[in-house]
Amino acid sequence: MMKKILAQSYLYLLLLALYAPIAIIIIFSFTSSKSIGDWRGFSLELYSNMFSGHAAHSATIMTALINTVVIAVMAAALSTILGSIAAVGIFNIRNRKLRQAIQFTNNIPMINPDIITGISLFLLFISLGISGGYLTVILAHTVFCTPYVVLNVMPRLARMNPNIYEAALDLGATPLQAFRKVIIPEIRPGMFSGFILSFTLSIDDFAVTLFTKGSDGLETLSTYIYADARKGGLTPELRCLAAIIFLTVLILLLVFNYRSNRLAKEQQH
Amino acid sequence: MADNIMSFSPKPLSDEGCIHRAPDIPVAGHTAESSNEKAYIIEIDHLSKWFGDKQVLNDVSLFVRQGEFVTILGPSGCGKTTLLRILAGFNMPSEGCVRMNGNDITDVPPFERPMNTVFQRYALFPHLNVYDNIAFGLKLKKEDEESIDRQVRRVLKIVGLTDYEERDVDSLSGGQQQRVAIARAIINKPQVLLLDEPLAALDLKMRKDMQMELKQMHKELGITFIYVTHDQEEALTLSDTIVVMNKGRIQQIGRPTDIYNEPVNPFVADFIGDSNILNGIMVEDHKVQFMYQEFECVDEGFQPNEHVDVVLRPEDIYIMARNANAMISGRVTACIFKGVHYEMTVVTDRGYELIIQDYNMFEAGQEVSLIIKPNDIHVMHRERLYNVIDGVLADSTHIEMLGGTFECEPQTGIEDGADVKVRFGFDDVELMDYSDEGDAVGTVSFILYKGNHYHLTVTSENGEDIFVNTSEVWDDGDMVGIKILPQALKISKVE
Amino acid sequence: MNIQKFIAKRSNWTILYALFLAFFVVLPLILIGIYAFRNTEGSFTLQNITKFFTQSEALNTFVYSVGIALITTVICILLGYPAAYILSNSELTKGGTLILLFILPMWINVLMRSLATVALFDFLHLKLGEGALIFGLCYDFLPFMIYPIYNTIRKIDKSYIEAAQDLGATNMQVFTKVLWPLSVPGIISGIMMVFLPTISTFAISEILTLNNKRLFGSIIQDNIMMSDTMNYGAALSLIMLAIIAITSFATGNQDDGELNQGGLI
Repeated sequence: MMKKILAQSYLYLLLLALYAPIAIIIIFSFTSSKSIGDWRGFSLELYSNMFSGHAAHSATIMTALINTVVIAVMAAALSTILGSIAAVGIFNIRNRKLRQAIQFTNNIPMINPDIITGISLFLLFISLGISGGYLTVILAHTVFCTPYVVLNVMPRLARMNPNIYEAALDLGATPLQAFRKVIIPEIRPGMFSGFILSFTLSIDDFAVTLFTKGSDGLETLSTYIYADARKGGLTPELRCLAAIIFLTVLILLLVFNYRSNRLAKEQQH
Repeated sequence: MADNIMSFSPKPLSDEGCIHRAPDIPVAGHTAESSNEKAYIIEIDHLSKWFGDKQVLNDVSLFVRQGEFVTILGPSGCGKTTLLRILAGFNMPSEGCVRMNGNDITDVPPFERPMNTVFQRYALFPHLNVYDNIAFGLKLKKEDEESIDRQVRRVLKIVGLTDYEERDVDSLSGGQQQRVAIARAIINKPQVLLLDEPLAALDLKMRKDMQMELKQMHKELGITFIYVTHDQEEALTLSDTIVVMNKGRIQQIGRPTDIYNEPVNPFVADFIGDSNILNGIMVEDHKVQFMYQEFECVDEGFQPNEHVDVVLRPEDIYIMARNANAMISGRVTACIFKGVHYEMTVVTDRGYELIIQDYNMFEAGQEVSLIIKPNDIHVMHRERLYNVIDGVLADSTHIEMLGGTFECEPQTGIEDGADVKVRFGFDDVELMDYSDEGDAVGTVSFILYKGNHYHLTVTSENGEDIFVNTSEVWDDGDMVGIKILPQALKISKVE
Repeated sequence: MNIQKFIAKRSNWTILYALFLAFFVVLPLILIGIYAFRNTEGSFTLQNITKFFTQSEALNTFVYSVGIALITTVICILLGYPAAYILSNSELTKGGTLILLFILPMWINVLMRSLATVALFDFLHLKLGEGALIFGLCYDFLPFMIYPIYNTIRKIDKSYIEAAQDLGATNMQVFTKVLWPLSVPGIISGIMMVFLPTISTFAISEILTLNNKRLFGSIIQDNIMMSDTMNYGAALSLIMLAIIAITSFATGNQDDGELNQGGLI
């Protein structure tokens, strides 16, 4: 019993340390002071500033927010399509060496620190003479998101009765019909998880974006914050943004977790 | 015999591909007398299949008649499922071809073949309900709703699942899923129904019921069934014809009774039913010697003093209390009640162990005598009397074979590096517990008990089989070291 | 027909992605190598590499970064292992939701988290600097240590523990002889996910030390972004890649998917 109390208090202490900074940011997003620690009473001024675009930078913040979401949606969609097709392919490679080689390469973007992925793609685009912008950022995000889609779809394929695809062919479906009518319904949960994961990873990314965004002034939230911090002093409105992002991620994760729990339960039946 | 049902086809004229034979030309071995029988619907012609460098099918030929119930029977890994998958179009053969109604269909994709498959684990689409699973094929053909509806109801009635249309397939029992899988296949009116161990996942009672239903369905539908199983009892119950396979080769084709009563080799005898298999010598026609005694038998057509295998079915040996006049006497060492009969192990006075099934019980320790009637002795040609392996002479006292290097007696007249044939007896091989203690490594792949010793098949690392007599007990799949006495190796140069 | 046959063979579906990987993963990494051995005129040189080993600034930063990364990793293991152990032990916690709370911060933007650390230090009137840096790094990377360890311990078959108890092991012995050895793969994954990214971070150190302490990532970034020092930046990246390769091999190829699960339940 004592052990249990000790163990639990340890966990809660750690959680407190983990969440205190976020909590402070959220709390101080509801006051109009310039600096944190200086509570000037409850106010939604920062929020209204940010959304109305009145305050300095707030227009840029909104643009950065939109860019971030657009890039995340595009990259996640691209990754989901590419990764699902790839997963089906990889799953059916018989040659073990070849399969391991592709899985190894698939792991590279996940093992590599962001800075390496970012720099390597930066050099690629420079060598090809492609100037950075939306396209390069989306492509770059697809590079590090797709492996996660592959890894989310693969277990669904492994769980699938291996004869299902063949049963469809046997009943007269062409390979494409079989894919659409039989495989996709089976791997859809994995695709969905992959999409959410990709979306979150893309929103979260900083280093890769920084190296591939080019010099035409494309900013996402991460690069904006970085630029802002480098200039010294953070725009107070960023606290609101942090609060909003935190809640968004929380909701996405809860949805994701709820789904995977439900799938795990289904699987047990 | 089995020959008028099926036969091996002649060798193809060319090594690659197949001969496109017009359907009306009679197949060798099937002359006028058989031409008025129903035509072959499926002709499997010298099929071989490699996965990488592993050969899973080795020159398989099989002809199936319209409406026949053919069972392909063999242990796991014998190539039976691969054969079925080639028929369905999921795998391509490496050599040979498949014809249907006389037309080569080797390259036809599965979705264009007029055959349907019932898969081992049913492979029902989990996201569709019973109705949509069954209607899947017809919907792809874009048949009109009303006709689909009618047909689904018809096949549901055939498989005894009326009113199950809306059920989720996951909510069905194994037997019900099995029925849906069959319904889903037969609704497309295939000319041939392929069944891949369809009953393997069901419990014993369910399996027995489904066997009867399948047999009934086969009769009513008139479709050709090709059925794959590893269950010999199932094969004996269901089939018109059984095809016994092992290690990628067809061992025997025949009616169930022929396969049971006249197995062609120890593998078939051992695999189908229980049996005692013993070494024997065919002294002359109708006279065979085994267990140090001569017996009268009904077999003939052997060379004088030919080495043979003798099969005695356990239920064919009569057992009684010890009688001084009996040819064979011994002592019961074990007795198990098997439901209808007792299964007893008897060790004869001369050291042979036999399994006997009888309605009368003799307890362990009892002295008994045995009688074997001429009719019940089945004699088979011995496939081999010694091992012959290809090797390379490394130097005058070493030989490379079986993926290792063996010592041999000094060789003269054969230069180093020459290809040689190496002969050695079954008794000259010693198997070691630790694979690194031998000169080569192998895996025990088949065990045959011969009454007083085991006859093992050991597959070496490079895939060659050697045969070993031993009195030690090994298990299937054991890794062993292979040692061979140097003086036992008889080496001759390959010209 | 031929196209259909080609598609029917599902392993062929890999080709599109294989090309994508070749072009966007393998080729770019090769480019780092190529740039690293070239000077600004584009001819072959070893100067970029030798510069790193002779020029004290980059080397010092590198050594400093490895030191900081080691400290961070050790702190993360010390704090994370007990947490992971408790979380995976159903007798001590209900698990599910709590682990979610622990990994949730993984999905919040790194910069946002660093910002939050700054906020905390501001709030507590503490000075930013090395202390803030180490705190911030641990704060950022702790979830990445907890999660793989948690996952590994959770997957350990309970019957091992019961078997050990059955054979007479005390609780302590169960831990040292069974649980700990079996959870090593998780720790290794955790090290991979903490140590490597720490060396290469740049934004975090800049924000948390007001640009006073720089980690190796900052040096790489400074150089690669300028056209005249780009090749030197590539050489530094190559060194970073070498560290990754060495760490990966030293910790035994992690292709068991432990790191790959994206940090979600």
